[in-house]
Amino acid sequence: MLGYILKRLTYMVPVLIGISVIVFLIMEMIPGDPAQVILGSYATPENLARIRESLGLDKPLIQRYFIWLTNILQGDFGISYSLERPVSDEILDRLFPTLLLAGSSLVLCSIFGLLAGIVSAVKQYKITDKLITLFVLIGISTPSFWLGLVLVLIFSVKFSIFPASGMSAIYGGGGFLDILHHLILPSFTLAVVATGVIARLTRSAMLEILRQDYIRTARAKGIDERKVIFKHAFKNALVNIIPVIGIQAGFVIGGAVYIEMVFQWPGIGRMLVNAILTRDILLVQGGVVVVAAIYVLINLTADIMQHVLDPRIKT
Amino acid sequence: MTFFKKIRTFISKFSRNRLALAGLLMLLLVIIVVLCAPILPLQEPNETNLANRLQKPFGENYILGTDHLGRDILSRIIWGTRVSLAVGIVATLFSALVGTVIGIVSGFYGKIVDNVLMRGIDMIMAFPYMLLALSIVAVLGPGLMNALFAIAIVNIPFFARNVRGATVGLVRLEYVDASRVSGLNNFEIIFKELLPNVMPVIIITMSTTVGWMILETAGLSFLGLGAQPPQADLGSMLGEGRKMVMVAPHVATIPGLMILFVVIAINLVGDGLRDYFDPKLSSGALLSPAAFTDVADNALEYVKAEKIKNTPLQIRNLNTWFITDNEPYKAVNDVSFHLSQGECLGVMGESGSGKSVTALSIASLVASPPGKIVSGSILLENKELVGASLSELQNIRGKDIAYIFQNPLTTLNPLLKIGEQLAETILKHQPVSRGKAYDTAEELLKNVHIPNARSRLNSYPFQLSGGMRQRVGIAMALANNPGIIIADEPTTALDVTIQAQILRLMDELRGKYNNSLIFISHDFGVISELCDRIIVMYSGEIVEIGTVDEIYKAALHPYTKKLMSCVPEVGRKNQKIEAIKGLPPAVNKLPSGCFFADRCDFAIEKCREHNIPLREFGEKRKVRCIRAEELT
Repeated sequence: MLGYILKRLTYMVPVLIGISVIVFLIMEMIPGDPAQVILGSYATPENLARIRESLGLDKPLIQRYFIWLTNILQGDFGISYSLERPVSDEILDRLFPTLLLAGSSLVLCSIFGLLAGIVSAVKQYKITDKLITLFVLIGISTPSFWLGLVLVLIFSVKFSIFPASGMSAIYGGGGFLDILHHLILPSFTLAVVATGVIARLTRSAMLEILRQDYIRTARAKGIDERKVIFKHAFKNALVNIIPVIGIQAGFVIGGAVYIEMVFQWPGIGRMLVNAILTRDILLVQGGVVVVAAIYVLINLTADIMQHVLDPRIKT
Repeated sequence: MTFFKKIRTFISKFSRNRLALAGLLMLLLVIIVVLCAPILPLQEPNETNLANRLQKPFGENYILGTDHLGRDILSRIIWGTRVSLAVGIVATLFSALVGTVIGIVSGFYGKIVDNVLMRGIDMIMAFPYMLLALSIVAVLGPGLMNALFAIAIVNIPFFARNVRGATVGLVRLEYVDASRVSGLNNFEIIFKELLPNVMPVIIITMSTTVGWMILETAGLSFLGLGAQPPQADLGSMLGEGRKMVMVAPHVATIPGLMILFVVIAINLVGDGLRDYFDPKLSSGALLSPAAFTDVADNALEYVKAEKIKNTPLQIRNLNTWFITDNEPYKAVNDVSFHLSQGECLGVMGESGSGKSVTALSIASLVASPPGKIVSGSILLENKELVGASLSELQNIRGKDIAYIFQNPLTTLNPLLKIGEQLAETILKHQPVSRGKAYDTAEELLKNVHIPNARSRLNSYPFQLSGGMRQRVGIAMALANNPGIIIADEPTTALDVTIQAQILRLMDELRGKYNNSLIFISHDFGVISELCDRIIVMYSGEIVEIGTVDEIYKAALHPYTKKLMSCVPEVGRKNQKIEAIKGLPPAVNKLPSGCFFADRCDFAIEKCREHNIPLREFGEKRKVRCIRAEELT
């Protein structure tokens, strides 16, 4: 087990290097003087000279990459010109809200998606299955940024059940319950699409497993149907579903960008959009690297969970 | 098949899928309306009229109201949909083109080319989708074309991967080599041989991604990173409307509804296309069997055979059908037999003769849908199993009637330890503790001669050989010492030497446990070693019943004779091993008269005239052949 984790960790290194290369190259492709772009149009000549030197702009590409890599490995992502503070500080402030939003959403979509998929498969072609399939179709076709607005109109404006924006109340907020209260709407909105995807996949994975010989064996032993479904079928289906949940994590993190804009959630997604609009390139770069690295970690976790579940998977 | 004919079958198949058809109609409606936008009597989408700003929908002059600049929302929606659809389609085509090139080149050239390209694709997929799109927009700057480009690029990996997969599959086939021999160069092979064959994959991928691409470009516009004013797509209209959502919610919600409508339509069509091109993925192809076989309400009404007293199991007039597309496939036809106490009853027949379905019907384990017990009675002692409730059946399964199945590689749950699979059936039927159940499980493994029984409890099935797994299967059947064991070709999937071991084990255990046994096999040799009596089945019917000795000495039915001559006998020289010519009749088109007549060397006209009854022949034998007397 430990050996497996170590092996997967070493596999991560080239992926992380690849990510850093891609992010570095993308930012290299920005037309114009990078120092000017980084500092914005009101930069002083002294600042321009300083940034040129710190980035080693006079040096060749490969050398510049390693300077940049060394810097980010030490947590130095540069200074955001629009916010006038270190990029790393800004990211650290905004990381928790995004992880809270995306994480809670991922939990929600996993629970609902798996349950809906199981019920749908077990009740294949019954009315329940048809209803779930219909909801799933609508779910995966819904623009989440629109759904967020509609939910705000219903639950915040009309019924005042949930707050429309922010992560905590402005006065005296920030407690667990307060944050939970603010979290429910955005988290639910973000979960809708992924729930649909997971439900679809779970349904087809369960249908595939339910016709396997060992399910008949379990039934032939007289095992109760609930155990047949969960202990025998679902456990086997989950082996194929877990990697997809890992991939969905990527879509949830990406989708968080919209949700953070709609609900004024103080996370990395909103930071990124504002950074792009103000052309604050270092902030974009830092945000992208950190989130991509987190995504790699999530997929690593999915791999390990799959391994725990299925002893046959060796590598 | 000609192109025209292909299109026709496509249309007829596609339109049978009602949801897909609905989606297509929705989509066509949208496309026609947006194409006609210039000639429709609409206001100018960008004509501002501040006097009429933020009109509510269904007002006098504005069906969908106006926005904050007094522009007509209906007109803006139609023109905006035009932009959104165009952007989505162009992005999809771009993605498909680049992805297909990468995928085909990668799959066709293989080796280092494949490695480099696919690792690159993996890298791109290591990013959260949306984040990569944002990075690209960050570089290119906000704008509709840039958003289109960003979304197209992040979707390339899906095409590249799917197309590569399909290409690799095709390249392995011989016809690529054949076309190379015939003088085509690589370029021609790719265009003439590969591209047409990977087309379905490209179409499926397009149909599943175009919906997202419309959603995601709309999303970028919503964030202000896509369409810039005065240009407007559905996303940017939603984004603008968001600012006044509290005062005039319709400005934002209407464009969103339009996106939803379009994407639902596209996804419905996409599902239909996928079902057409890849029927294996289609939802209808996989039927999940219910916990017990469907039974007709009046199944017991047609039972004619008389009850036999004091017999552990009696089957009377059993008919089990598979019903697909309202057509019955009669797998088991009016089968009646009984099992005596301590007896081993062999059931013999080719594959498709209905022997397994008969066996599975006993504990209602026939997969349904499509299986159904149409009529018949199954008496366990005096308890009627046809029509029994699931919980009654669950109490009988594994306790009174246990099964040993054919393929030990697939009949054990791969993710559960051997011990757990044995213990759970003990725990279900006996009031014992977990520890006791595991002790019993260990005892069972010892009885089926599995070495290191205690440690094997912690093994997974994949850690055992096929023969060992079948021993586990046997141990599982014996777990609650059932009165009846039904073994469905338990040795067919095993090597010959292992077969002999398993047979010896079963014989030994039968002496020890004294269960009654139904043993199903196509192999007379195997059955004769173990069994007392034999039932021979053909096309779902019993054609002969007799003791092993009687049948060995003189089989009555020509089919039995043929089956027996298929088995080589050890020590007999120059024997002719015959295959039975022809195939059994399809069970949805059973002929009148004798079902075997077409393959029988002795068939005469009378054989085909009317149904042949199973009749008594001597004291304990039965046969379904009118010429039995003259042929023996």
